[in-house]
Amino acid sequence: MTNPTEYLPKSYHVRLSTYWWLTRWPYLKFILREGSAVFVAWAVIVTLLQIHALTLGPADYAEFQNWLRNPLVLALNLVSLLFIIFHAVTWFNLAPKAMAVRLHGKRLPNLAIAAPNYVAWAVVSAAVAWILLRG
Amino acid sequence: MHKRSNEPFLWLLFSAGGVVSAMLLPIHLLLFGLAFPLGWLDGPGYEKLLDIVRHPVTRVYLFVLCSLPLFHWAHRFRFTLYDGLQIKHLNELINILCYGGAVLGTVLAAYLLWSIP
Repeated sequence: MTNPTEYLPKSYHVRLSTYWWLTRWPYLKFILREGSAVFVAWAVIVTLLQIHALTLGPADYAEFQNWLRNPLVLALNLVSLLFIIFHAVTWFNLAPKAMAVRLHGKRLPNLAIAAPNYVAWAVVSAAVAWILLRG
Repeated sequence: MHKRSNEPFLWLLFSAGGVVSAMLLPIHLLLFGLAFPLGWLDGPGYEKLLDIVRHPVTRVYLFVLCSLPLFHWAHRFRFTLYDGLQIKHLNELINILCYGGAVLGTVLAAYLLWSIP
């Protein structure tokens, strides 16, 4: 296959605005989805701090828990949770696009491929909550 | 530019990290970041949580929970800077900072989980 850009003059360069992703909703959605990774990193940092505080002893852990009650930290965690849920939903919904499963020559509906992800998500979340909340 | 041969491996880490982030991080952040600090639910006390975290299975679990999402972050962050801000001339530096950060976080997680009393 020939590459159509092959026939363009070498000097032809389209300079894209740095803010190209603000011009259309799907572009913005794309950048927000990619941006969710920053909040993923934040969640990991909080977990690492928590493990560290836990290792240091009860007093340090109590101090860490106080830090979690700081309104700024709470707000950041709320925003992070929303972004990470956005990541999760977009990630699970990608599965049907990434794999087209055919059964008896017919393509399985998207929901049939995405649904197990959501079931697994619910089961895993319930398991983590159960371990942390039991007795 | 990065070596082409590394890309499938890095993509695998990105993808595995995406699954771990999607499956596990929401419930962790909901409980430890909101529900426990705000008093919606009674979280485990210090001794109980330490008991849970001490268990070898939990240590491995937490290692995976910390490491893979960082590689997921590294992959997305570098491409967001690359596509979004189009700062291609800084690509080398951005790659080093992103994957360096993920490796540093992984080493830190291993050290912290190893040194739990």
